[in-house]
Amino acid sequence: MFDDPNVVLHCEKIDKIYPGTKALDGVSFDVLKGKVNVLIGENGAGKSTLMKMIAGIEQPSNGKMYMGGQEVYFKDTNAARKYGVGIIHQELSLFPNMNIYQNIFIGRELKKKGQLDIPGQIEASKKVLERLEHPMDPSMMVGELRVGQQQMVEIARNLLMENLKILIMDEPTSSLSAAEVKVLFKIMRELNAQGISIVYISHRLEEIMEIGDHVTVLRDGKYVADADIKDIELSWIVKNMVGSNKSYVRYTRGPEIQQEPVILETKDLSLPKKGGGWLLDHVNMKLHKGEVLGIYGLLGAGRTEFFECLMGLHPEHTGQIFLNGQEVHPKNVASQIKNGFALVPEDRQREGLVQTLDIEKNISLSSLSDYLKGLFLDTKLENQKADEQIADIHIKVADKTLPILSLSGGNQQKVVIGKGILTDPQIMLLDEPSRGIDIGAKTEVFEIIHQYALRGVSLIVISSELKEIIAAADRIYVLSNGKCTAELTGDNITEDNLVLASYAGHHQPEPSQAAQSAQ
Amino acid sequence: MDAVKTKKDNSKMIMMLLKGRTFIVLIVLLIFFSIANPNFLSFSTLTMLAKHVALYGILAIGMTFVIITSGIDLSVGSVVGLAGMIAGGMIQEGVTLTFAGVTLYFSVPVIVLFTLLLGCVIGLINGVIVTKLSVAPFIATLGTMYICRGLASLRSKGATFSNIAGNEALGNVGIKALGSSIAGIPVGAILLLVFAVVGAYLLRNIPFGWHVQAVGGNNRAAKLSGVNVDRITILVYILSGFCAAMVGLINTAQLAAAHPASGDSWEMNAIAATVLGGTSMSGGSGTILGTIVGAFVIGVINDGMTMCGVSEFWQKVIRGLVIILAVIIDQAQRKLEAKMALQVRNETN
Repeated sequence: MFDDPNVVLHCEKIDKIYPGTKALDGVSFDVLKGKVNVLIGENGAGKSTLMKMIAGIEQPSNGKMYMGGQEVYFKDTNAARKYGVGIIHQELSLFPNMNIYQNIFIGRELKKKGQLDIPGQIEASKKVLERLEHPMDPSMMVGELRVGQQQMVEIARNLLMENLKILIMDEPTSSLSAAEVKVLFKIMRELNAQGISIVYISHRLEEIMEIGDHVTVLRDGKYVADADIKDIELSWIVKNMVGSNKSYVRYTRGPEIQQEPVILETKDLSLPKKGGGWLLDHVNMKLHKGEVLGIYGLLGAGRTEFFECLMGLHPEHTGQIFLNGQEVHPKNVASQIKNGFALVPEDRQREGLVQTLDIEKNISLSSLSDYLKGLFLDTKLENQKADEQIADIHIKVADKTLPILSLSGGNQQKVVIGKGILTDPQIMLLDEPSRGIDIGAKTEVFEIIHQYALRGVSLIVISSELKEIIAAADRIYVLSNGKCTAELTGDNITEDNLVLASYAGHHQPEPSQAAQSAQ
Repeated sequence: MDAVKTKKDNSKMIMMLLKGRTFIVLIVLLIFFSIANPNFLSFSTLTMLAKHVALYGILAIGMTFVIITSGIDLSVGSVVGLAGMIAGGMIQEGVTLTFAGVTLYFSVPVIVLFTLLLGCVIGLINGVIVTKLSVAPFIATLGTMYICRGLASLRSKGATFSNIAGNEALGNVGIKALGSSIAGIPVGAILLLVFAVVGAYLLRNIPFGWHVQAVGGNNRAAKLSGVNVDRITILVYILSGFCAAMVGLINTAQLAAAHPASGDSWEMNAIAATVLGGTSMSGGSGTILGTIVGAFVIGVINDGMTMCGVSEFWQKVIRGLVIILAVIIDQAQRKLEAKMALQVRNETN
């Protein structure tokens, strides 16, 4: 029934349900033969989840996939590979401790009489790297290669699949130089010419206009629209990505908040990147008392690094940080918490929670020194404070001595926020506070932010969801490649302005042209 | 509705059994050995058992803290040997200052304090190597294990200090007290109780204990929460060294002798007791009570099998099986816990 010869793979009404959230909701998607199929959407729209289904990394909760008219089911990546589906991950999945040919052949090593055929593998690796116009010595260690070169190894690995039909690329250009991007695009076109389809995920809109053939837009786990790139303009993509149905209550504290005293200021804050360049490039920012300041930017723009500098995780940074007019030198997290900073990290599971501790201990972990009676912990006071915080920000908790994983994602996030609030901060740094939680919880998180701003706390919020950051922030700085490319206030805060500033300074051909087409 | 409730009650029941499993095993073992050998439950056997368990138990308390931070301390057995040799030597031979041509004898309390301090210093060295020099705990403490064992032998060129009692005239008697009994209860066992109560208090009722659990549960999150991860890690190794030195003193007092090979491979008993007690080798969770019960299980298996005439070779095989079985059941408990947590999560949503 689904055997259109131009469609290599057809996804039919795919659902993916994670505990607490529905990441994909009835999404149908065609991979067109010999084309660059672009998937686009804001963070959390479900692009990566859909990829994972196609590559066999995860399995759909409902829905079917068809290849050549036949239903297929990929129980793991090996099954997907058998059907000719390869994937290049956003975060490279290479072994830095092994050399190039070992990386290329890992999992399907060439053998001769039961022994590894090393010369054969070296030879084949050489050939495929030459085809990619990146001749390298296959016995070099992957850990010593530049990120761009590593990307080539990853591509080479997939090219060796004899029956490669679909190659998935998840943000392949996020760490490449302009020259490397050019080579990558050329290779993509060659693969297309050989009839290989590419599924391409990128946040860089101008790249999509350049390389894409067909674009599909997802939003909140649902299909929104699809079109041939030649028929559309950049503004069409932005409009569909952002949508208009989802709206948040806009909290502002009025323009007079900008008259409040400056509580935090950075001057020329810079952080060098390993191997040249800057993670943060002379960033100048000001934060007023009681203000909610937004930071918008693409992945890798330096947003998280900015927070890390403020929290004392990069004592090697240069430039100055002033707190209430006094210069401070953040050296470690503990001292910054004493200085009145609190951080809600981006990755809740990896950086925010201690999974082996219960809810109560997680929430009071940062503020234990406030509950001391002599040397000992005043468990009564600690208990009471935890209860108060749980009530204050409405964390839905049946019993606070239960494991932290008994909470939904949204409530887990509130525990991380509560942990920060309990240290009685004057400045709260929230890194993607709404990531991976459902709409209801998102609204509540932004309500908490508003409430605490009214109580005189100053907050900086990083978000890559346009609507959210516009609704939450009084003022927004946009970061791009470590540089601050815009400072927006009042009526200047528009989705278009944010998107355009967020890719300023990237390697696009004519910035003026891109700006025009976005209007 | 009722079916759901029964199912939930069932898993709660299973959970209770799983949590109490080491204690249940201990009771079963006690019944088994008292049937196999009627003398097993006699006062003298139990006193002997308590003396043995005191040694493993105190080592295991220190080890529990280290393992909760997802570290390991292999040096404790050697520290037991070294502490015994240092304390024994100071009593027996005193400290000779060659340049001054005098030999100094110290009183027992001074010697005890000095030995405990030595244990702390070795722990400090372990902790600094692990944190500041980023050496894996296994390797760092393997190194100090060999060094301490070597130093213990060097102290007496391999000889044993026997009949350690001190000399009234020199004012250094009294080490015996650590090996004696009060009202029939060995002092070692009393010390075990003290260490257990203090240890449990440290782990549950002061910030240090919560920080220890946080460091092992999620190192990065602990750091971002303002926990001084390095300091906590160094402190647990110091605690472990302190416990090991204490065990060295008790052991020397119990035997009235110090031998350089004392405490050989006791670190394994301590690790086994900790794991039997439900402390996760991957860090983050564990209790002192569990560890104490684990130490008793190890002690009962050792003494019970010896009394029943089981050959030493079979004893080793059985000990190994018990440890592996314990960890398998531990995994089952963790899976059930995760399942129950998800259940709660789905219900509240």
